[in-house]
Amino acid sequence: MAAGDARMRSRPKRLLALVAAAAMVGVAGVACSSSGNSSSTSGPVTLEFAQWWGAELPTGSFEKMMSDFTAQNPNIKVKLLSAPYASTKQQLVSGAASRTLPDVVGLDGAWVSDFAKQGAITNLSALMSSAKYDSSQLASQVQIKGKTYMIPVVNFVYPLFVNKDLLAKAGVTTVPSTRTEFLDAAKKVSALGGSVKGWALPLDTAVPNGVQNDVMSWLWASGGQMLTKDGKPNLTSPPVKSTVEYVKSLNDAGVIAPGSLTMKEQDKVEKFTNGQVGMVIDSLAHINLIKKNNPQLNFTVAALPAEDGYTDKRGMPYASWGIGISESTKHKAEAFKLVEYMMSQQTNAQLSTLANGFPGNKTAEPDFSKSDPLFKTAFDIYKQGYPANEFVGLPKSEELMRSFDEQLQLALTGKQSVDDSLNKAQQSWSSVL
Amino acid sequence: MEFTRVNRTTAPEAVAPATETVPPSRRGRRPFTVRRLAPYGYLSPTALLIIVLMVIPIVMVASYSFKDNAIVEENPVFTGLANYTKVLTDSTFLVALKNTFIFISLSTVAHLILGLVFAMLLNTPLLSGVTKAIFRIVYILPWLFTIAVIAVIWRLLLDPAGVVNYILTVVGLAQHGVNWLSSPNTALWALTFINIWCGYPFFMISILAGLQGIPNDLYEAASVDGANAFQRFRNVTIPQLAPVLISMAVLDLIWTSQQFALIWMTTGGGPLNVTEMLSTYTYKQAFSDYEFSTASASAVIVLLLTMILAFFYVRRLQRER
Repeated sequence: MAAGDARMRSRPKRLLALVAAAAMVGVAGVACSSSGNSSSTSGPVTLEFAQWWGAELPTGSFEKMMSDFTAQNPNIKVKLLSAPYASTKQQLVSGAASRTLPDVVGLDGAWVSDFAKQGAITNLSALMSSAKYDSSQLASQVQIKGKTYMIPVVNFVYPLFVNKDLLAKAGVTTVPSTRTEFLDAAKKVSALGGSVKGWALPLDTAVPNGVQNDVMSWLWASGGQMLTKDGKPNLTSPPVKSTVEYVKSLNDAGVIAPGSLTMKEQDKVEKFTNGQVGMVIDSLAHINLIKKNNPQLNFTVAALPAEDGYTDKRGMPYASWGIGISESTKHKAEAFKLVEYMMSQQTNAQLSTLANGFPGNKTAEPDFSKSDPLFKTAFDIYKQGYPANEFVGLPKSEELMRSFDEQLQLALTGKQSVDDSLNKAQQSWSSVL
Repeated sequence: MEFTRVNRTTAPEAVAPATETVPPSRRGRRPFTVRRLAPYGYLSPTALLIIVLMVIPIVMVASYSFKDNAIVEENPVFTGLANYTKVLTDSTFLVALKNTFIFISLSTVAHLILGLVFAMLLNTPLLSGVTKAIFRIVYILPWLFTIAVIAVIWRLLLDPAGVVNYILTVVGLAQHGVNWLSSPNTALWALTFINIWCGYPFFMISILAGLQGIPNDLYEAASVDGANAFQRFRNVTIPQLAPVLISMAVLDLIWTSQQFALIWMTTGGGPLNVTEMLSTYTYKQAFSDYEFSTASASAVIVLLLTMILAFFYVRRLQRER
């Protein structure tokens, strides 16, 4: 008992000693880290630029652009943090939460509202004013409450991809331009048998952007809108109902490739590339990938089919490589110089050409002379219509897409009527917007 | 022997006076507090790592779970158990809890059975060493693939136009391609099957090691007593393997409950939430909804559930000692 008591008495002392030792090491660690973090704004500056673009551009081309920037601005070096899109998103979400975003960040329009709300990205309007930047040359800006937080550098549109051989084999001679023509063509292609279907609809809820690219695109192509003018959800409106009913009619007609409830975007591209579906709505950025994986595929791009009788301009969904600046960076002026460089007429045209996208600078002219002729076709379609994506700048846009996706899946599987689905999606969106 | 024993017992006594003869001046160079702190100094790198990598994150996540809009808001307010109430009354969370229970239970039971069967096949004296080595390599292959590769392989195999459906159609077991991963009726079972496929080799290897450690004398004694093959399996193999089997089962329950990558890359929790698990639910709350407080509450609940399993595992280990 005596020995036990002695142990009991010595325990607090040991604990105290342990805490003291840990505290000493901790203090030393903090001292080291704080000295390591201290930075000076004088002298050469190294900007960290996190984006997914480098991974999607020809090897070394983006690094060369950054070298050219440093050649023009010898005091500013750029350290590229390139990773695939999904990894970049996760890193930026974590960085935004911990206020440790890299100096310059590649942004998707869907993230802007949340990052701005968190105070993770800075107000570019103020930087543009202080740098006396002429913003009239910008094709678009993503704004929250009148302040710019993201500038789209390159835009990628989502036209209709059509497998010409499959359509010809099915007896369809012209690319469908209306919803009725599309349903008819999809039925004929599906009637070819085997595993061939008319259309592919990726509705995977892990990355629910199929709602934006493959469902709402039908609405925008006919001039419809899912939001009211003051930004409130309007999912029970006749145009949205007509769109969902149309998608359901495609499903009921059996023209959608099976497995759509968990299909991912890459599955859709793969099925089109392999000739398993006749038509898909897809990013122009995938043209090279499709041609590389199946050089024999005979396909073209076209404007999205609109409601019968619709003659006005057609909206075309788009996604952007946007750029923004961290609120916590100590080098905002230098970071904005990089933004200016990316948006300059020459660099922007060069980047758009490399990325096979459309420039964010109105005066930049991409060089399609060495590109696939389909890019020129798509550019003409783009100029005839207008870029449409109501999800850009919305808060929790991914969650909005997911909740709509879940309701759409219930409607497509017959577990719920279209009206019920839209009412529930409207309720869900109303709590966010 | 006697000589050795004497030496052993006398050795400490011989050393003890030597320690008494240390000059006082030398003791003065190492003050009492330094001597007391020295062991903790040695421990401090590990302690620091545990504090930085485990204690601080867990405490932070737990603190977020009691705040409203943590991380997103600069000055979140204390909300008590509101986030826990919200999570525990969320129908999707309850579905995820049920799915996770089914997923981990079936996976663990199947891992145990398959692992035991394959380990016994590989332990048979009927096959030559080379043949057994080849089969060992073949059987362990699923465990060598990364989850990303496994997800891609099985997405392709289970595609409505994939190999599995082709074979089923050819042999007449199915008339049309089955949407294994995208039908609400089959997705959870298909996902569990994939998890079983990629996880059984670890059980197999561990059980095989356990089987090889069972003394042959026990089997011989049982045979002499007239025990048949099944009786030897039931009364010798199983009791001898019991510590391995129980430890593996508890560990597998913990690991499978944390499975995220496979679910995310195959079904993403869909279709219609039939494969939503606690891991995917928590991820969506944090990285899609930006609801870090509810995500933290969900994570703390998962931590508590896992700790129950960990408690049994540690108690088991202590009993074995």
